[in-house]
Amino acid sequence: MTLSVQHLWLIPALPLAAAAVGAVLPRSGRVPAASAAIAAMGAAFVLSCLALNGALADPARHAVHNFAWFDLGHGAVMLGWLLDPLTAFMCVMVTFVGLLIFVFSLGYMRDDPHFARFFCFLSLFAAAMLGLLVANSLLLLFICWELVGLASYLLIGFWFHRPAAAAAAKKAFLTTRLGDLGFLLGLLWLYDSAGSLLFYDAGRGVLESGVLAGLTAQTVAGGLALSTAIGLLLFCGAVGKSGQFPLHVWLPDAMEGPTPVSALIHAATMVAAGVFLVARLYPLMAADQALAAVPVHALTVVALIGAVTALLGAVIAVAQDDIKRVLAFSTVSQLGYMMLALGVGAWTAAIFHLLTHAFFKALLFLGAGSVIHAAHHEQDIRRLGGLRTRLPATYRTFVIGMMALAGVPFLFSGFWSKEAILHAAHGWTVSPLPLWAGLAAVALTAFYMTRLVAETFFGSPRSPAAAHAEESPAVMRIPLVLLAGCAILLGFLGTPAWPWLQARLAGAPLHGSLEHLFEGGGLMLLSIALVGAGIGLGWRFYGRRPRASAAAADPLAAASPTLMAALAARLGCDEFYAATVGRLHALAAAVADGLDRWVLGAAVSGVGLLGQFGGVVSRENDEGALNGGFDAAGAGLRGAGRSYARAQTGRVHGYLRALAVAFVVLGLVLLAGGVP
Amino acid sequence: MSVLLSLLVFLPWLGALALALAPRLGVSASRRLALAFSLSTLGLGLLACARFDPAAGGYQLVERHAWISALQVSYHLGLDGMSLLLVLLTGLVSPACLLASWRIERDVRLFGLLFLLLQGSALGVFLALDFFHWFIFWEISLVPAFFLIKLWGGPGAPRAAYQFFVYTLGGSAFMLLGFAAIHAATGTMDFVALAGLGGSGALARQLGEPAATLVFLGVLLGLAVKAPLFPFHTWLPATYAEAPTGASMFLTGVMSKMGVYGFLRILWPLFPGHVQAHALPLLWLALGGVVLGAFAALRQTDLKRLVAYSSVNHVSYCLLALFAFAAAVPGRAYDSAQHAAAFGGALLQMFNHGLSAAALFAGVGILEARAGGRRGLGDFGGVRTAAPVFAGLCGVAMFSSLGLPGLNGFVGEFLIFRGVFGLAPWAAAVACLGLFATALFLLTFWQRVFHGPVAGAAAGFRDVSAVEIATLAPLAALMIVLGVWPQLLLGLINPLLLEWFRQFAFAS
Repeated sequence: MTLSVQHLWLIPALPLAAAAVGAVLPRSGRVPAASAAIAAMGAAFVLSCLALNGALADPARHAVHNFAWFDLGHGAVMLGWLLDPLTAFMCVMVTFVGLLIFVFSLGYMRDDPHFARFFCFLSLFAAAMLGLLVANSLLLLFICWELVGLASYLLIGFWFHRPAAAAAAKKAFLTTRLGDLGFLLGLLWLYDSAGSLLFYDAGRGVLESGVLAGLTAQTVAGGLALSTAIGLLLFCGAVGKSGQFPLHVWLPDAMEGPTPVSALIHAATMVAAGVFLVARLYPLMAADQALAAVPVHALTVVALIGAVTALLGAVIAVAQDDIKRVLAFSTVSQLGYMMLALGVGAWTAAIFHLLTHAFFKALLFLGAGSVIHAAHHEQDIRRLGGLRTRLPATYRTFVIGMMALAGVPFLFSGFWSKEAILHAAHGWTVSPLPLWAGLAAVALTAFYMTRLVAETFFGSPRSPAAAHAEESPAVMRIPLVLLAGCAILLGFLGTPAWPWLQARLAGAPLHGSLEHLFEGGGLMLLSIALVGAGIGLGWRFYGRRPRASAAAADPLAAASPTLMAALAARLGCDEFYAATVGRLHALAAAVADGLDRWVLGAAVSGVGLLGQFGGVVSRENDEGALNGGFDAAGAGLRGAGRSYARAQTGRVHGYLRALAVAFVVLGLVLLAGGVP
Repeated sequence: MSVLLSLLVFLPWLGALALALAPRLGVSASRRLALAFSLSTLGLGLLACARFDPAAGGYQLVERHAWISALQVSYHLGLDGMSLLLVLLTGLVSPACLLASWRIERDVRLFGLLFLLLQGSALGVFLALDFFHWFIFWEISLVPAFFLIKLWGGPGAPRAAYQFFVYTLGGSAFMLLGFAAIHAATGTMDFVALAGLGGSGALARQLGEPAATLVFLGVLLGLAVKAPLFPFHTWLPATYAEAPTGASMFLTGVMSKMGVYGFLRILWPLFPGHVQAHALPLLWLALGGVVLGAFAALRQTDLKRLVAYSSVNHVSYCLLALFAFAAAVPGRAYDSAQHAAAFGGALLQMFNHGLSAAALFAGVGILEARAGGRRGLGDFGGVRTAAPVFAGLCGVAMFSSLGLPGLNGFVGEFLIFRGVFGLAPWAAAVACLGLFATALFLLTFWQRVFHGPVAGAAAGFRDVSAVEIATLAPLAALMIVLGVWPQLLLGLINPLLLEWFRQFAFAS
């Protein structure tokens, strides 16, 4: 059985219907709201599997179904659905991880008074995310892209009575919107140049060779190919959404939302939308690769941004003390890996890592949620400790997630997907920077994850909350176990010996052979050594001699207090933006307001005074001898002014005069500017 | 000959007359009577919609009678896609204004009377096709608006009402003079006949230079004050802020559209050459409204002034699209997809802004009523906790105003940006600043008033009453429907766009 592309809309429509149900239910409708959400997600998962089944039958094909949204001029604005392996794999991942997180939320949010609303928002998010995946039009993708932003805003600010949550929600929306302005401009430019926003449309789509050839043939300012300029603008959107440097600042703050939200939206799915966008647009992003005489290729920028982000996120994660913030910065770093992979041309490796990361990062966040739930909302790892025995199931699954993220060799999925990326970075001839950044981040990731596990689960409890923690209920443990299974197994879909996933994504034939298993050779050995070093050092600092009390100094902070303080303060990015972008906006607002109040307002009042003076003069003039020589407009104005001057105070008179002057000014502006 | 359009215009006035002739009518009966007559516009508008054939082109349901033969003035009403859109908007917004004024207890009968006068004159502006009575409707609308602001407004209302009245009246004086000159030169004031003359260039020839340019500037000024076009907007923040909620809603929802309507109904067809020659500086002014309006809103602490500045910003998008259309590089066909997007977007934006701005003013009015007249940005906190349904309805209006996809505001703004980007790319890029600032001030408003712990006037805040739901819910529902299914409106106006492309005599 398969799901044809005409019916692909059902996948986002089901969660949307569940969201609509949740929106109209009263606060007491807990059971129907949650049931609708979970049933819709389950059905969407089944449909996604059917769609995948169909897509794999002919992986090189992009099946589309296009339709007119509305008429405009001689044509229409078109939208459409697209089914290919990329869409299908992503849909299966989002629905499966989403389903598990929904189930987990049953337990995690059990005591929240706004339980029904939570499931409504989660379903809205899922609908928007799935809509983004099945879109065959950049416009539809953008619409869903903004809607996931809305869902993210609503869910980060779910506990909106807390000022920190409300501020974080606003920050996330605005920061991503800043990137989205670039996205919008790129989209407009693409629409204008290509005349369409459909990805695939029987040769006329923007990702098809005919249109791409036209886009690369044109040159814009700075010698860039048109496709490069458009690609970079669109990439701005991905930078915002995927928390890439320099717009990464919102993602750690987004952890103010409930933990299942962090798992679903800010780790597994939505933040990966930027990676998906670049992968979807890969033909466009890579269109300028054939050109030699351009200042920069779009993908080079992608690779460098990704490399910087991968390293930056990993460095900052080392100094965070909040369990969710460590994971948030690790997400920033891992998304950087994916961007890096896209930039060096290995888009299938990027998607492979996206998929494996989605599972193990969801696992880690849900594990963190289980810890937080058990420890009465204590998130500070300095005040946790000793949970290994109190939360055995959480501990075991969390360690599996940690090994997958750290890239512990052979058994864990993160190892294989990360190796694929490093391998591709090694083969990139433009710059060695991505490879170095990637290797450094490997060691750092292993280090901070070891620190996280050691601080949280080893040693002795360092607060009453940790001492009295009790294992979470089955409804929360089962999703952990399933995700842990996936965190291991998924890697075997894309090993060098049998790169099934990459081949299916690319629509290329599969050449599997055991000989290729270790084709990474020296590079693989090096990265394994780095993982070992990271874990070893982490264990040496944090595992062997566990922290004695919550107040005890961090061993690294004791060694280098300045550096760790700077890292803990996230290298001051937020402060930098507040001092620059924030001030700039405040200044612009003050100028605009001042212009209205003082300049234009004063002009009106000043002209009003002049008008009063003029009124006196003209009355004297009239009472003496009426002189001709006024044109029709002047006479009419004066007549009106006279009658008002008698009826009212001079102020009214003044306004008319003010208007006359404004009229003259407008006339001057127009005559000066309009006549060539 | 159908009398549907006359009924549309005069039923509200009939209602005003009924209220005037029933001095003993009670408070509740006055409210209901006014609402019933106000709703007649929606009913008749839908009827007109059913009889309207978008594909047929031209004006439909036309009524034409000889009137003042000495001046060759005829009573001429007609409906095209744009008029229909605005009639429907008036029909939707007006009852909401009356419902939002339900809590007014003082002189209810007079309030209803004045409001129905205002509503009827706005409809007259949207349907009249002869300058003579078009201008009568245009000017009469000021009188009830003036009294609504002055009598039911805030402490600064008298001053604001005078300023509003004189500023807009003064603006239209120039328009009147302009049309006097047109009449002297051509002997007609019929829009259809004049559009024909404008299209062939005969109008400009008959007027001669510099008279033609002066007339163009006079008409432009009248419209620019009304819309408003930056920098003729300074009357607006005070007026919108001091007016009672219902009047603010109507001023921003419907009356600001009269200006934009005039640009498309009068200025473009009559003076295509002048519009084109002066488009570039006008484009700059519209851009000024977009950017400075949004940034000025960022500084406001009075919620009504904040929404007022957001109206300056939003209406400027319409003007931006119109001027970009006219400013497009000569030598290019002007019926391209970009041109269609610019005009279609401007028309949609008129409708969409009418819905969202009216809803936002209604929301602020509810906040103000609950807080005993306070409406500062810092006077509230955590309203969403106290009144979740209210917050939800306001949230839809806010996100629509912000241009969130999925809601109506996005479609219009997207088309405007699509058009402007194709016609004047730098203007679209600069206008993006306005998009960001809009998101910034709306989310700040939202965060300060609705989020955080319950504080200030939000303590003891009741959630919406049935009347308030009836005010806000239909508007919010339409925002969602039109966001998903814009064809509902574009089906009405798209044939008109194509017709305009054939008629407007822009040099290409």
